[in-house]
Amino acid sequence: MKHFKITTENSRLSARDIADNFDDLHPPLDGAQAIVEAGRCLYCYDAPCMNACPTRIDIPKFIHQIRSGNLDGSAQTILSANIMGGACARACPTEVLCEEVCVVHHTEGAPVKIGELQRHAVDHLMAKGGAHPFARAPLSGCKLAVVGAGPAGLSFAHRAAMLGHDVVVYEAKPKPGGLNEYGLAAYKMANDFAQAEVEFLLAIGGISIEHGKVLGDNLSLGDLCTNYDAVFIGAGLTNARGLGVDGEDLAGVGDALEFIETVRVAEDKSSVPVGDNVVVIGGGNTAIDAAVQAKCLGARNVTLAYRRGPDAMTATQWERDLATANGVVVRYWAAPKTFSGGARVERAAFSTMRMDDGKLTPSGDSFELPADMVLKAIGQTLNSAIFSALKLEGGKIAVDAHYQTSLPGVYAGGDCIKSGEDLTVQAVEDGKQAAIAADNMLRAKRKGAGE
Amino acid sequence: MSDLGCIIGGIESINPFWLASAPPSDKKYNVERAFKAGWGGAVWKTLGVDPPVVNVTSRYGVHRTQDRRIIGINNIELISDRPLDVNLREIEEMRREWPDRVIIGSIMAPMDEEAWKSLAIKVANSGVQGIELNLGCPHGMCERGMGSAVGQDPEFVEQTTRWVREAVNIPVFTKLTPNVTDIIVPAAAAKAGGAHAVSLINTVNSVIGVDLDTMAPTPTVDGRGTHGGYCGEAVKPIALHMTAEIARQPETQGLEISAIGGITTWRDAAEFIALGAGAVQVCTAAMLYGFRIVEDMNEGLAAFMRDKGYRSIADFKGKATAQTVDWNELNINHDLKARIDDEACIECGRCFIACEDTAHQAIRIDAKPEGGRKFTVIDDECVGCNLCMHVCPVKDCITMEAVDTDRPYLTWPEHPKNPLRKAAE
Ligand SMILES: Cc1cc2nc3c(=O)[nH]c(=O)nc-3n(C[C@H](O)[C@H](O)[C@H](O)COP(=O)(O)OP(=O)(O)OC[C@H]3O[C@@H](n4cnc5c(N)ncnc54)[C@H](O)[C@@H]3O)c2cc1C
Ligand SMILES: Cc1cc2nc3c(=O)[nH]c(=O)nc-3n(C[C@H](O)[C@H](O)[C@H](O)COP(=O)(O)O)c2cc1C
Ligand code: SF4
Repeated sequence: MKHFKITTENSRLSARDIADNFDDLHPPLDGAQAIVEAGRCLYCYDAPCMNACPTRIDIPKFIHQIRSGNLDGSAQTILSANIMGGACARACPTEVLCEEVCVVHHTEGAPVKIGELQRHAVDHLMAKGGAHPFARAPLSGCKLAVVGAGPAGLSFAHRAAMLGHDVVVYEAKPKPGGLNEYGLAAYKMANDFAQAEVEFLLAIGGISIEHGKVLGDNLSLGDLCTNYDAVFIGAGLTNARGLGVDGEDLAGVGDALEFIETVRVAEDKSSVPVGDNVVVIGGGNTAIDAAVQAKCLGARNVTLAYRRGPDAMTATQWERDLATANGVVVRYWAAPKTFSGGARVERAAFSTMRMDDGKLTPSGDSFELPADMVLKAIGQTLNSAIFSALKLEGGKIAVDAHYQTSLPGVYAGGDCIKSGEDLTVQAVEDGKQAAIAADNMLRAKRKGAGE
Repeated sequence: MSDLGCIIGGIESINPFWLASAPPSDKKYNVERAFKAGWGGAVWKTLGVDPPVVNVTSRYGVHRTQDRRIIGINNIELISDRPLDVNLREIEEMRREWPDRVIIGSIMAPMDEEAWKSLAIKVANSGVQGIELNLGCPHGMCERGMGSAVGQDPEFVEQTTRWVREAVNIPVFTKLTPNVTDIIVPAAAAKAGGAHAVSLINTVNSVIGVDLDTMAPTPTVDGRGTHGGYCGEAVKPIALHMTAEIARQPETQGLEISAIGGITTWRDAAEFIALGAGAVQVCTAAMLYGFRIVEDMNEGLAAFMRDKGYRSIADFKGKATAQTVDWNELNINHDLKARIDDEACIECGRCFIACEDTAHQAIRIDAKPEGGRKFTVIDDECVGCNLCMHVCPVKDCITMEAVDTDRPYLTWPEHPKNPLRKAAE
């Protein structure tokens, strides 16, 4: 567990401290450490870890390849299942995925560090450079469009290019990567890893990205359907939810994601303004990331207020421990009531909550916290207005078992559809599977056309 | 109180742990440190006829497991490269300063009576308690007609042993090479030549690895390599077998054995003694970990003997020999089935895939109603081979259970399916 440098009674953080805080959360394993760690793997048959990975990386095999000294092959094993194996190695909550079910828990009390080993292999291959590890199938002549250069869109693009298709990716933002670039905590993606990974993935060829292209603004789904053989939507969730409480529009009250993005894009993290008394509202990993990064920037007091109890919190235990170990105070059963102050927010008032017959209700008590910065981390929603042509389900784009939307030839994946979890690794799997489905569809079509 | 003292070839030692003739016993400085650490004796690094040999660089290669532990060393070093008189002077000093420890002089000479005899006499005069004949080096020396070139020819083994017996009146140990098809042949030759004991094994001829960048065997000497002598933990099973055979075959029964080969812990030593060794010698373990490993060899062996009620080494020497038999004497009617302890099982699947791919397809996987998988042995298919038990990472999770077959002890010579069956009527 990393301990960041935090502001105390009598010390402020220096720019150097802040830069250190945003360095790698887990320092990479060196070669000798990786061999020792790999030696702990039991090389399970039909391994539980592999089944717990949304992209089904052959984990025992890639770990065995680290042991045998075949690091190139190890990376190839990982990337063939998950082209963003590098980002996933850094960002996956392995404690609830592969590492949770690793049987070495039972023999040694702690799982094999699968994520760190994965990073070791992938980093090796990326640092080595040279030719892209995957070749493209004979070109199909088909052109595919992708909306959104996040993990889902890029994974789709890579797999489609590998299967022989040409791909154009339309992206609203100036940089590719989606939340890998703008959302993941900065200390998880140190050293501009997200851009390095995009560059690596594009080296397969056949993919171009057009930035500043916004679906529903200067780009229409209808045009895409007309001009391309298939379309993939990986636009994520871009609308921020509102709390609907008084004072939400005061200066100093903002969206956690915007704050995180500001941190991510800042070259010099010490230039990012942060409050002295920061209050984060929410109970997911975004709330944790915002709270911890506020601490890393030097905020004196950071309180994470969650309206339900600990059991309902979606942030993993590991993430919660990271926050509390670094001085974040977590207040459960606290629902925001009002934010108040002068020109800027100065105080946040909360109702104390309790469960009444399975219903969350105010207990009647309330409390106030000093707050010069309030960060809302209560989830993002689909910008449904731009997807009126598609069937939606539970506020997200509806897809069938082959990731096809209600419009034939239009596929979708990642956060914008209702899959398992909002995780990078799930978005990568969605994109990969959707590309395979689209490829099957195009092949069947050509066969049908008598080619 | 258990007593670690022992007598081998007529020589008394305070404990059964001696340094084998090798770099650890190369000179006074080392041997003194070893005796301080607690070693009972040392077989001095092999002495030859002057002028001393010249060694090459580098000299060692190693065999590692995947987790980088060394399980074997291969060396291309020759015998002592220091002048004979320097070695003899140091031996004399050591004998004077450490009267309760054993020093054996190891010697090697060309196939010439005069050479062997005069070298043996010179070395005996330094005060050593015994002489060991090095008939083993499988590299370098054998190209000059010495070492394993002698040890592989039973006539030479008998001859050299007899020469040395005739020359000196202290105990003679003949050190055998394992690089032969049947160890009984040179062991019997040593016995015929009058050896008080045999020491074995010397190193196993080997190429330890190939450097895939330079495409040369390792260790590499200026771009080229050669075969060398393999030793350390990995050779222990070979040495155990040879020890067992010499102890139990009629031709060599009664011949005393100073066992060598991969001994690293007290347990290894105890196994050799159980198979008939009177004492042991160690080289690689000392080279890898230093002389201090003898502390636990002494303490561990004493604790084992105390636990088992053995008052002396002689009490359990050869205790496993009677149970070491030819395959033809084993009971074919004995039956075992693997048992998997569900409580202990961590569901790694290693037993399943081992049995499925390479044994008898005798393990079944069922999905558990509560999630996870249950592994069950299909008794009808299980031949009791032990493979699953060995690959299981959890201690005692898979055990082998004896099946009560009600059938009598039956050996292959008596078995109905044996076409050459001896009629049992
Ligand atoms: C703060 C935060 C922290 C997180 N931390 C983790 C973590 O540690 N581990 C983990 O596994 N997951 C984490 N997640 C979740 C993870 O980031 C997402 O599940 C994943 O990025 C989803 O990928 P995606 O491709 O579906 O969407 P996104 O990454 O959101 O990418 C969507 C892309 O589409 C573009 N786009 C959107 N609308 C349009 C449009 N109209 N026209 C053109 N382009 C458009 C966007 O600019 C963006 O580039 C985190 C999420 C957040 C918000
Ligand atoms: C570097 C090296 C040099 C050796 N030199 C000799 C030697 O001069 N004379 C000899 O009889 N045996 C020599 N041996 C063999 C050892 O004495 C011993 O028989 C062998 O290594 C097996 O024991 P171990 O597994 O404990 O090492 C040498 C072994 C090594 C590793
Ligand atoms: S569950 Fe653990 S031990 Fe088994 S294969 Fe996966 S990493 Fe290795």
